Amino acid sequence: MTGSQPVVVAEGLTKRFGAFTAVDRLDLSIAKGEVVGFIGPNGAGKSTTIRMLCGLLRPSAGRASVAGFDVGRQPEAVRAHIGYMSQKFSLYGDLTCRENLRFFAGIYRVPRQERAERTHFAITMAGLEGREDMLVRTLAGGWKQRLALGCAILHRPPVLFLDEPTSGVEPQARRRFWDLIHTLADGGVTILVSTHYMDEAEYCNRITMIDAGRLVAIGSPRELRQQGLGGQLFEIVCAPLGAALAALRQAPGVLEVDIFGDKLHVLVHEQAVAETLRPFLTEKGITADPPRSIAPSLEDVFVQLVSRRSKAPGDAGIKP
Amino acid sequence: MTATTHEIVIEAQGLKRRFGAVEAVRDISLTIMRGEIFGLVGADGAGKTTIMRLLAGVLRPDAGAIRVAGVDVVAEPKRVRSELSYMPQRFGLYEDLTVAENIFFYSELFSVSPRERRARTGQLLEAAGLAPFQRRLAGQLSGGMKQKLGLVCALIHTPRVLLLDEPTTGVDPVSRRDFWAILYNLRESGVTILLSTAYMDEAERCSRVALLQAGQIRSCDTPSRLKQAMPGALLDVVADDPGAANQALKDAPGVLGLLLMGDRVHVRVDDAGRRSPELRARLAERAIAHTEITTIEPGIEDVFVALLEPDGAA
Amino acid sequence: MSLRRLFAMAFKETLQIWRDPRSLAIALLMPVMQMALLGYGVSLDIKRVPLCINDQEHSQLSRDLVQRFVASGWFSADHASATDRAVRGALDRGACAGAVTIPVDFSRALMTTGSASVQTVFDATDTNTTNVAIGYAQGVIAQTTADFESQWAAAHGLRPPKIGAVDLEARVWFNEGLDSRNFIIPAVVAVILALVGAQLTSLTISREWERGTMEQLISTPVTALEVMLGKLVPYFVIGLVDAAFCLFTAIYWFKVPFRGSFIVLAITTALFTLVVLGIGYLISVRIRSQLGASQVALILTMTPTTMLSGYTFAIDQMPAPVQAVTLLVYARYYVTILRDVFLKGSPLQDLLIPIAALSAYAAAIIWIAARSFRDRLD
Repeated sequence: MTGSQPVVVAEGLTKRFGAFTAVDRLDLSIAKGEVVGFIGPNGAGKSTTIRMLCGLLRPSAGRASVAGFDVGRQPEAVRAHIGYMSQKFSLYGDLTCRENLRFFAGIYRVPRQERAERTHFAITMAGLEGREDMLVRTLAGGWKQRLALGCAILHRPPVLFLDEPTSGVEPQARRRFWDLIHTLADGGVTILVSTHYMDEAEYCNRITMIDAGRLVAIGSPRELRQQGLGGQLFEIVCAPLGAALAALRQAPGVLEVDIFGDKLHVLVHEQAVAETLRPFLTEKGITADPPRSIAPSLEDVFVQLVSRRSKAPGDAGIKP
Repeated sequence: MTATTHEIVIEAQGLKRRFGAVEAVRDISLTIMRGEIFGLVGADGAGKTTIMRLLAGVLRPDAGAIRVAGVDVVAEPKRVRSELSYMPQRFGLYEDLTVAENIFFYSELFSVSPRERRARTGQLLEAAGLAPFQRRLAGQLSGGMKQKLGLVCALIHTPRVLLLDEPTTGVDPVSRRDFWAILYNLRESGVTILLSTAYMDEAERCSRVALLQAGQIRSCDTPSRLKQAMPGALLDVVADDPGAANQALKDAPGVLGLLLMGDRVHVRVDDAGRRSPELRARLAERAIAHTEITTIEPGIEDVFVALLEPDGAA
Repeated sequence: MSLRRLFAMAFKETLQIWRDPRSLAIALLMPVMQMALLGYGVSLDIKRVPLCINDQEHSQLSRDLVQRFVASGWFSADHASATDRAVRGALDRGACAGAVTIPVDFSRALMTTGSASVQTVFDATDTNTTNVAIGYAQGVIAQTTADFESQWAAAHGLRPPKIGAVDLEARVWFNEGLDSRNFIIPAVVAVILALVGAQLTSLTISREWERGTMEQLISTPVTALEVMLGKLVPYFVIGLVDAAFCLFTAIYWFKVPFRGSFIVLAITTALFTLVVLGIGYLISVRIRSQLGASQVALILTMTPTTMLSGYTFAIDQMPAPVQAVTLLVYARYYVTILRDVFLKGSPLQDLLIPIAALSAYAAAIIWIAARSFRDRLD
């Protein structure tokens, strides 16, 4: 699936706005056909990084190249070889689907003889047959999303940037969208997705976690879950919850406790500690079911990495 | 388990509301008990914000009845306002006032006594991690901090009911965790919370969840029971080449749904016990190197997808 | 109504005004600029109308006549032309606004036949100026004629005719120098307050809708009346400060004579301020976009205030239907009040009608605004 020559490379990529450092020495290497997620909260520096990689912002320091072109020195060439999709902003609501496609075909200078075929491809991919002449603003979220994707790939770009592609969209539509992304990736397109929605990262081959302009972690979802957490996550049903929470926070070997709905999520150093939890609680008069091992969400991983970083500032998180 | 007294705090029946040609809310009925954290889950355009606005009394329904904290909201929208706090989706506080000034303003609007205000402000700011930022202009706070400030202002007058419209969208995970810690504390003190969200996983944190689609509630129950109600079971197939595994399992018997992810495939089957070995065999047949197949608990999103039809046209 | 909520509203609004450079600029700079522009720039007096003199005779009499034109102060005779063509050219170019042609046989005609003609031509593109200039010119000629008659009679040993002459003794009351500035500047103050006042409040509600804070505000127990009065309080204070600035500038800088009582001025000004702020607020309530509200405020206040309040054109010179319309122009009443208080020193009793009109206006605006306030999203 992955080729040998990286398609997107960044070394020490930095962007400063006055005294504020939005992106701080970012390193990246993405192979052909990979789907890489840029995960982080709003304000973490994702959009700024994407803009630099798209050739829209000049880096303050460091270098990056996309599809073989340097983003600082050849931004025009970079832009001709990428597709960019931002569902909320890239389509014109008062134009029809067909008109939008025609517009983007022109913008991306799709050769005339290919336009009909590519437009047809986009419409089919989005499932918009029969709806080509509807105004875009009358479409539901899922349709718009797929159409926006179609518009972004009319010129067959080798690299695709997706900015918050599925926020607020229905789960079925989101899944359908990701099937399309995976198909494209199979065909050799390299895809970078930026999102604040941690669990969207599950669809990516690799994830780059960014916080406050810095790389916090990079790895496959599985790797991040296993190594990033720094412990094992268990779920305990117990009552009364408040008392249990307070008690477990003092228990030996427990890294963190959180309420989750009507259960507690407990992060322990290792498996062995989990066995001690139930007796520990029972001793204090709190009834508890046996703890159940659960898979951590990427959000849990992110929180752990970030809080570890703030305690030990030199720690750059895990790397592959 | 937290004791939720069986007192109905929010009750809506047959709510309808349209905007021009679009029916945003079609026949919504809800009953929410004291002490619940109730989640309204759905995509953009499903009707979440409209429902929240109807319940807060800032929008009039075309039809239907609403009672909040014993007050008929449709007939007397003003009376209900001192009992509830509403946090709209868009940041509703004053960006050109400081954190402290915003809190002061809202506490005056709700006639909170100065002593109580001082006490609660201290407590709430501590819990929200905003104590060092009292003199900062609200517009200079990060997204997560803004949402927490919104919550502090909403709570300054100890409301009985809290209506939160997508309170943690785009918020950083650490702030979101703080936010939920505050919500859980409130639950302990008997505050009823109704929140709307597009994040399926946030629904897991609620006591009860209503799945919303196209202005209607398709399903409403506790997260556990919703998951149990999902037809079939969910298998987690980890493979070196998930794409190939996905292809291989496409037409396997008993497979109700496939979800290709970055490093795994989630397979919904009719019977886990029976199909697990079958799928293992099938994968081996096609020489797909796989690591393991385990049965996992479905998430709310899996339930959503299984239970509901995909979105239609416009 | 809760005074507490009202004050909370007022306090918040004050903080926001303080931190918003734009509204501070409107509140403080606009009146200063307007007073400077309108106070100095505008004068309706016509003085020193430039004349083009075509003296074809160059006699002592003709030169004497030209001197009389200049000595009156209404004309200046810097331009001399020798031919009709040159005169026309000068008028076309606008080098002069009028021309006086004294024929080559002026003195001889006067001496022999007892009458002579002098041709005056005026550029009437500006009819105001022209009418006045013609009046002045006729005055000069009439005086000259009378003087010549006296001289002629004396030279011929006759008594100058005096029977049937009516001597007009004109007394000008209230504005003795006929200084148009004294007439205009009080009205300028009214215009400035009307425009600034409406601009100040026109954004206050629209801004809250646009920024999204209104949705949260209306979900609280605050009422429409509390919002309105609370928001008006800081703007009222600013309005009074602006008014005080303008009025004191008029009195102490432009030296417009002030013969009335400061108390009457204060009361009437406060009332007018309330009306203009209310108008701006009403616009803000009806129009949810800031840009729209600000434009509408400008349009709705600019034309009536400048055209129909008595500021530029006298109301009693207007056609009857237009005069009826001016009854609705709130600025009209304040212009009347200001002119009366400044120049006539009118006490409250004499101002009852305009005060009653303004009060009715204030009450109506406040009532409509309170009722229009939407405390719902639809």
